[in-house]
Amino acid sequence: MKLKLALPKGWLQGHTAGLLDKMGLGLDGYHEKSRLYRPESREFPGLFVKVFHEKDIATQIAIGNYDIGICGLDWVDELLIRYPSDAILKIRNLGYGHGTVYAAVSRFSETAIEKLKACNRMIRIVSEYPNLAESYALGLRMRQFKVLPVLGAAEVYPPENADIVIIAETSEKELYERGLLSIDTVGITDAYLIANRDRLEQVDMSGLLKLFSKESAVKQTLSRHSRKTAPTVWKKTDDSVIRLALPDGHQQSPTIDLFKRAGVNMRGYRQGEPVSRPRVEIDNLVAKVIRPQDMPLQVANDSFDLAVTGQDWLFDHLYKFPSSPVEEILDLGYGKVKIVAVVHNDMPVNNLSDLKKMMKSGRLAHIRVASEYVNIADKYVRDNHLAPYRIIPTWGASESFLPEDADLLIENIDTGATLAKNNLKVIDIIMESSACIIGNKNAKRAGIAYVLEMLKKGCLS
Amino acid sequence: MKIPRCKGTRDLLPGDMAKFRYIESVFRDKCLQSGYREVRTPTLEYLHLFTSAGTLTPEMLGRVYSFLDWDGWSGERVVLRPDGTIPVTRLYGEHLMGTSPAKLFYVENIFTFEGTGEDARERWECGVELIGSSGYIADVELVMLAVSVLKQLNFDNIEVRLSHAGLIEALLKEVGSAELLQKVLEGYSDALNEVQGNKPELAKQLGLLLSLKGKSKGFLENLRAILPAIGTTFDELTRVTELLTALGCNYNIHLASGLGFEYYTGTIFQLYCMGQKLGGGGRYDELIPLLSDNSTPAAGFALYVDHIMDLMSSFKPMEAVNEAVLIKPVSGSIDNVKSCFELCGLLHEAGFIAELDFGRNDESRCRWILVASGDLFDLSDRYNDKKFHKLTGKEAFEKLEESR
Repeated sequence: MKLKLALPKGWLQGHTAGLLDKMGLGLDGYHEKSRLYRPESREFPGLFVKVFHEKDIATQIAIGNYDIGICGLDWVDELLIRYPSDAILKIRNLGYGHGTVYAAVSRFSETAIEKLKACNRMIRIVSEYPNLAESYALGLRMRQFKVLPVLGAAEVYPPENADIVIIAETSEKELYERGLLSIDTVGITDAYLIANRDRLEQVDMSGLLKLFSKESAVKQTLSRHSRKTAPTVWKKTDDSVIRLALPDGHQQSPTIDLFKRAGVNMRGYRQGEPVSRPRVEIDNLVAKVIRPQDMPLQVANDSFDLAVTGQDWLFDHLYKFPSSPVEEILDLGYGKVKIVAVVHNDMPVNNLSDLKKMMKSGRLAHIRVASEYVNIADKYVRDNHLAPYRIIPTWGASESFLPEDADLLIENIDTGATLAKNNLKVIDIIMESSACIIGNKNAKRAGIAYVLEMLKKGCLS
Repeated sequence: MKIPRCKGTRDLLPGDMAKFRYIESVFRDKCLQSGYREVRTPTLEYLHLFTSAGTLTPEMLGRVYSFLDWDGWSGERVVLRPDGTIPVTRLYGEHLMGTSPAKLFYVENIFTFEGTGEDARERWECGVELIGSSGYIADVELVMLAVSVLKQLNFDNIEVRLSHAGLIEALLKEVGSAELLQKVLEGYSDALNEVQGNKPELAKQLGLLLSLKGKSKGFLENLRAILPAIGTTFDELTRVTELLTALGCNYNIHLASGLGFEYYTGTIFQLYCMGQKLGGGGRYDELIPLLSDNSTPAAGFALYVDHIMDLMSSFKPMEAVNEAVLIKPVSGSIDNVKSCFELCGLLHEAGFIAELDFGRNDESRCRWILVASGDLFDLSDRYNDKKFHKLTGKEAFEKLEESR
C-alpha cells in the first residue's frame, strides 16, 4: 500500500516545494505556481501525493485518508479545538510560514480586552477561524458574544461590522498596517509536518521522515498577503447611509463595468489593487470589499444593506437558514455559471438515475460528497435520497477530491474545461446562477431604491 | 443495513423503563408531598444563557452540544441543555419572579460531549430547586429530601458528603491555582508536592486536612484551628451539621466534594452509595442575580437517574402482565375478530390488561386465555387450571370479573 502525503497549495506552496526539493524527494509538478493536483515523486515511487487547500489537510490526516501532510498549525488547532482528537500528531515545525493568530480590534476604535469582557452588550467576533474564535470567547468568559465566520477579508469588518477579529498575520506591525491592533494571541501559523497517529504506529514511513529530520528548521516569515489595503473607517454610518458590499475575486471586473455603465464613478476599486473601503460616488453610500460567499450572512445580520454576490451563494445561505431575511433584489445577468453534480470518468454512471441504481445495488455502499457549497450539496443528496451520505466541506481545489477522497462533487462550472482536464464528467445540472444584488427584506433605509435604480440603468445600458 | 445508535447514548429497554418510571414516581411523590411543583424546561436553550451565567467553566462550555439553528444567521448558537439548574433559574426569572419560595422539581435529560465513549453523553436527572429561601434550614430540607428519595428506593448506607464553597475559595486563595487545588483535593500526590515546593507550611496543613473526614460540628472548629485562613467562611455549614446531627442523618465533611460547578456559593453536598455518586447539590445564591439582576437566594440538588438505575440490579418490576388476558381469534373472519375487539374493549374499561393474539404471543405471560370461535369463547384460567367452554362475550366477562 502506498504512503499518502498531503501538500498545501497557496501561500505555503513555494516554500514547501523548495523544502521537498532540498530533501531530494524529486517531485514533478509541484512548485510555487503549479496547479497539478497529483505530483509524482521520482525518488519515492511508492508515494502518493495530493495537493489540497491548506485548510483541508488537517481533516484529511485526522480521518486517516492521508498518512502525513504539511499545513499551518493554525488549521490543525482550528480543527482540534472543536473536534478534540489524538489522531493528529504534530511531528515537526518546518521553519517557514511563521506568524501569529491574533485577537485584534480596529486601531481606530482601540478597545481594551478587559473592557470588552466586562461590557454587557453583544460582542461580535469575525474570523476565518470560527472554532478558535468561540474557544477564545469562552476562555475569556465573555458573557454575550457571537461568532461571524467568514471565508476571507476578515480584517475589513472592524470596527463597523465586528468588535474583534481573530486573524493570522506575520507580525503586530503588519497587523497595524492593515488597520488592526493586537489585543491577544490565539495561536501560531507555522508550517508543520503532521501525521495520522494510527498510520504512524502501524506503517514504516521512516524513509520519508528521515528526509524531513535532515533539513534543519530555519525560521522564515512569509508574507501572507500579496496586497496591502489602506486602513480607513467609514466616516458616516447613521441610518441615512446605504452600506454596500462589493465583491473581490473574479466578480470584480464585471462589477466595475456595471458601475461604469450606470454612470457611477468609483475610486480604489480597480482590478488587482483593491482597497478595503473604495469610494463610490453616490451620496450617502459607503462600501467595503468582502468575499461574495460571506455576503448573504452579512446582509442578514444588517451589516450591509446591499451586496453584489452570486445566486449560488444566496441559495447556499437560504438552504441553511430558510427564514433568513435576505432576498435577491436584482439579477445582474453576468457571471453566469452552472452548479452541477460531477463524478470521475471511471465511475460507470452517466446521470443521476445511474448513480441511484449503483447505490441501490450496493456497488456504492455510501457516498462521499465534496463541495464548497455545503448546504446546496446537502439538500441535493437529501432530496435525491442518495443515502447514506457524508458531506465533505472543501475550501477550494474541490476537483482534486475525486476519485480518491470523494465520490461526488457539487461544483460550479463555466465552460467545463477544468472538469475535462481533471478527467471528470457532469451527471446532473442542479441550478444556473448569475451575479445578483441582494438585500434585507426588513431594511428600511431610504435611498436603497435610488441606488437600485442607478444599477438597473447599468444593467440595461 | 444495521445502523447503530449514536455513541455515548443508551437505549432503555422495557425492564430499564420500569426502573426509570419507578425512580421517577418515587421522586415525584416525595417532591409533591413536600410541597414542590413540577416544571419542564426546553431541551434547546441559547448558548448565551450558559455563558451569561458565567458559572460553567470554559472546559464545560467547550463540551456542550452547540449549533446554529435554522434561523441562526446572527451567529447566535443554541445548545442541547447541558445543565438542569440554569434553565430552571431562567424559567423562574421569566415566569415566576416574585414567587417566594418557588419550590420546583423536574425530571430532565442533559447533554454533554464525552470523548472516550465510555461515559454517557445524555444523562437523566431528577432535580429540585428551592428558590427564594436562604439559610441552613432550606439546605437541610434539600439534603433530607434527597436522602428520603434514595431510602424509599431501598438504598441503605447512603453517604452524605458535605463541603462549603467558602472553604474551597479560602483554600484557593492560599494555593493560588484552581487546577492545582483540584488536583490536591482529588488526592494527586504530585500536586501536593508542587504546593510543598512553594509553600511547605500550607502543604503540611493541606495534607492533614485531606487525611481527615469529620462527622461533627467539632471537626469544623478543628479545621479552623489548623488553617486559620479559612476564617468564618463556613459558619452556615456548622449550623447545617448541627441540624443534620439532630435529625440523625449520617454525613461526612469532605473537602473535595466541593469541587465542580462554580455556581455554588454556600453549602455543597453529594450523595454516595457503594462508591457510586448518586447525586449532589448546594446553595447558589449568586446565580439568579447574575441572570436577572434580582437578588434571590436559591439552592437545589439533582439525583443521577442513570447511576441509580445501575445500582438497582435486583429491582423487579411489578409483573402486572401475569394478571393479563390473551384473546385469540380462531378463524380470523370479520365477525370473529369483531367479537374479540369488543370483548377486549370491555375488559380494558373494567381495568384488565387484555391483548389480542396475532399468532405469536407468549401465552406464559398471561393468566387467562380466551379462544374465540365465531362469537363464542373458551376460557382457560392457567393459575387454577380451570376451563369454561362456549361462553358468550358477556359470560366470559363475568367469569373473569368473578375470578380476579
